[in-house]
Amino acid sequence: MSVAAARQSPLGEFWYYFRENRGAVIGLYIFAVFVFVALFAPLLAPYDPTQQFRQSTLLPPAWAVGGDWAFPLGTDPLGRDMLSRLIHGARYSFFVGIVVVVVAASGGILIGLIAGFAPKWLDTLIMRLMDVILAFPSLLLALVLVAILGPSLTNAMIAIALVLQPHYVRLTRASVMSERTRDYVVSSRVAGAKLPRLMFITVLPNCLAPIIVQAALSFSTAILDAAALGFLGMGAQPPTPEWGTMLAEAREFILRAWWVVTFPGVAILVTVLAINLMGDGLRDALDPKLKRS
Amino acid sequence: MIRYLLARLLTFLPTFLGVTLISFAFIRVLPGDPIIVMAGERGMTEERYAELYRQFGFDQPLVVQFWTYLTGVLQGDLGTSYVTKRPVWDEFFALFPATLELSLCAIIFAIAVGLPAGVIAAVNRGKFFDRALMSTALVGYSMPIFWWALLLIIIFSGNLGWTPVSGRIDLLYYFPQVTGFMLIDSALSGQNGAFASAVRHLILPTIVLGTIPLAVIARQTRSAMLEVLSEDYIRTARAKGLSPLRVNGLHALRNAMIPVITVIGLSVGTLLAGAILTETIFSWPGIGKWMVDSIFRRDYPVVQGGLLLIASMVMIVNLTVDILYGFINPKIRARK
Repeated sequence: MSVAAARQSPLGEFWYYFRENRGAVIGLYIFAVFVFVALFAPLLAPYDPTQQFRQSTLLPPAWAVGGDWAFPLGTDPLGRDMLSRLIHGARYSFFVGIVVVVVAASGGILIGLIAGFAPKWLDTLIMRLMDVILAFPSLLLALVLVAILGPSLTNAMIAIALVLQPHYVRLTRASVMSERTRDYVVSSRVAGAKLPRLMFITVLPNCLAPIIVQAALSFSTAILDAAALGFLGMGAQPPTPEWGTMLAEAREFILRAWWVVTFPGVAILVTVLAINLMGDGLRDALDPKLKRS
Repeated sequence: MIRYLLARLLTFLPTFLGVTLISFAFIRVLPGDPIIVMAGERGMTEERYAELYRQFGFDQPLVVQFWTYLTGVLQGDLGTSYVTKRPVWDEFFALFPATLELSLCAIIFAIAVGLPAGVIAAVNRGKFFDRALMSTALVGYSMPIFWWALLLIIIFSGNLGWTPVSGRIDLLYYFPQVTGFMLIDSALSGQNGAFASAVRHLILPTIVLGTIPLAVIARQTRSAMLEVLSEDYIRTARAKGLSPLRVNGLHALRNAMIPVITVIGLSVGTLLAGAILTETIFSWPGIGKWMVDSIFRRDYPVVQGGLLLIASMVMIVNLTVDILYGFINPKIRARK
């Protein structure tokens, strides 16, 4: 590590290493655009995402033959503007990512901390329960959960959060296990710190690095899974302009109108790719083992 | 070793019990009355309802019900499909070869492309080739495979007309099912063009299902290789004057394979989850499509039984990988 980096603030140091990875920086920029679009969708979109232009159904993108610049990315079978729907779709994906990560991470961290500090029997019980959840392929379990709860975007988010949460439990517990016997924790305990203080103030901050990386990765998994559920008809319901649901609606037109299929998929891919690029960068910047090399 | 084996098995049993409990609970937390779903509301009298209620054991305490279910499961009784009236067990194993064939082809494709790609990337670390390969791998890893499938259909089936869109073989061929694997059965049938048709039906689903495992294997191989390549014994091998092919291909790859094999073993869950989407899109008559169809048809015994069988399969594969890992790597064995 260079002298300059060692003297920087933690955030500065983090940025120093994050910047090294060009892909991660590109990912960050794309993600920033995605967040911007999601937040200001109603201002950016030219039309309402559900407004139907009956005279202009299945219009190709503006640059193709028969396109119209009034609808830059064309229209779908019901004459709705693709661009407006895609822009509004960013909202749903962003929302799904945030909610799933917050729910899965906060639940998983709490359970992981408890497992790490609990007596052996409770620890075993929790970890076996997590093994049970992990035994099911995640998409299948989410699908079945949504079938029980009823198909909707909210239920899809609950199901995905539940399925992703064991990863946080395992990560947190593993970090807690390795931190718990360190000198600073023992001295804090000797100094009279109570269990909640030990858990949340002494140990947790030192376990955060792998959890942050996991959060980035599950953000993209959440977007992918929600889109997959939408595609299978078990997520957001039409006419919601969720990207996966849009793909499901477009399926029967794949051989006639490539644009209704291509654009929502590109939107999902670019978003997920940007987040994964960022995740790689985060891992490099936060992993002390790699820093030394 | 025996202690390690026993320890692994001991953690397997409670997990299996938990999985059974979840599948058991599934039918009881569903909205709606399972009896009404089964028998239909028409012509349902109170006496008939009570009779069915008793017949299916819903009047028993939950513990007794679970015990009955568990003993049934252990004897291969997973209930009967509401729709086809056939035992869930039989349906599962009738459709399973289709999924197995597709998954095996996908994983072979993923290994055949991913492993060399990872090795080449590691050997050329930091160069253009490495960066191009790893960027492609990350794109593959981020791919919404249901969209990827549609895209491939547009290009290869729609525009080029090279591959069929759905099913396992053209309808003109008919031959008895011997192994359940279409590739083998079609070759055995001796009919002209049957095997070629089966292969053409398999290509797109294989690519779609194999994409994510391929990306994972390529990334994992690269990082495992990089770790191994910095070891002393590799330097020694180079210093001895061995050819790069021998050093990279034999000395390094052999040790780098251990984590890679684990990743391959653990991708069974990914494959089965991917099979749900792939089979639905390509109308591939396997267990993934069967599960999705059953969920939509509210065929609950099938969903329940399928869930249990799929989870058990994933668990057994993971357990096998764990045990094999213990065999290969004595350090793991000693840790327990």
